[in-house]
Amino acid sequence: MGLESQLDNPFLTTTIDTVVNWGRKYSMWPLPFGTACCAVEFMGVVGPKYDISRFGAELVRFSPRQADLLLVMGTVTQKMAPILKQIYDQMPQPKWVVSMGACASSGGFYDNYSVVQGIDEIIPVDIYVAGCPPTPENVIGAVYKLQQKISQEKVAAWR
Amino acid sequence: MDQSQITDRLKARFGERILSTYAMCGQEAVTILPADLVEVLTFLRDEPELRFNMLMDVGGVDYLGFGGDGEDEDEVRSHRFEIAYQMFSYDLRHRYRVKVAVKDESVEVPSLWEIWRGANWMEREVFDMFGIRFTGHPNLRRILNHDDFVGHPLRKDYPITKRQKLSRPIDHLLTDKQEWA
Repeated sequence: MGLESQLDNPFLTTTIDTVVNWGRKYSMWPLPFGTACCAVEFMGVVGPKYDISRFGAELVRFSPRQADLLLVMGTVTQKMAPILKQIYDQMPQPKWVVSMGACASSGGFYDNYSVVQGIDEIIPVDIYVAGCPPTPENVIGAVYKLQQKISQEKVAAWR
Repeated sequence: MDQSQITDRLKARFGERILSTYAMCGQEAVTILPADLVEVLTFLRDEPELRFNMLMDVGGVDYLGFGGDGEDEDEVRSHRFEIAYQMFSYDLRHRYRVKVAVKDESVEVPSLWEIWRGANWMEREVFDMFGIRFTGHPNLRRILNHDDFVGHPLRKDYPITKRQKLSRPIDHLLTDKQEWA
């Protein structure tokens, strides 16, 4: 946004920060990059019992151009890694990444020739969720933590 | 048909070309040389009482450093690799396994692609993981690992934690003419 660069008044900028962050954190559009079992757990999270749309992240978009939250769910292999990087690059800013489950965070229990040991070798990650698979409350907790993180962002930092 | 009867039929037909047999818990297998593979499997397919018309799986085994612990099944083998062909009969509902003894990676095994189309990708997987080449295969290249991978990871002398990153961008895959044979 170029608006805040023209405003020198810090009071106005902090108010803009609050409003913009309020809008962003309560209407995140997730892109489910599900490769393995964690994706099925995510299907449970968006179901009616553990409803993630209570927190605003209801509208899953399967195109990276239309999403702002990349949820990497499942094992990422060395063959899949450049594809993940390409999807991340195609997302417009602001964007956040949640690494869900053990495989995405650290390679899981696949310490071998074909698995990327943590997607933070490829893309920057905001929130890691532990578990194999994480319980649905864990996933919702990750979205909640991400919302707290977003509320402390400065709008000017995304330029 | 009982699997032991199938073993008897194979031994009656091929005699000395069966190198060894294996029997455990009702499952039986014979071991043959790669040169006899096509003949044995077409016999299994064409014989009216056997009718093995489905090739279920092709898998490789590396016996490097195997055996010597003193147990019966752990005999040390003179060949390094084995390829196991799992056969199934839709009509008669019986199964059988045929194992091919491959001495080392320089031996080439005939491809079964022309008889069973499913062997195409299964043999590519054996090539990717063990390095065994198949003659007559239309598209013998890596299938599970990325194209820059060096080595064959399911061999026993590949360090299991050695990682090989693919750092090239993949846009060329959209424009390359892919042979989907």
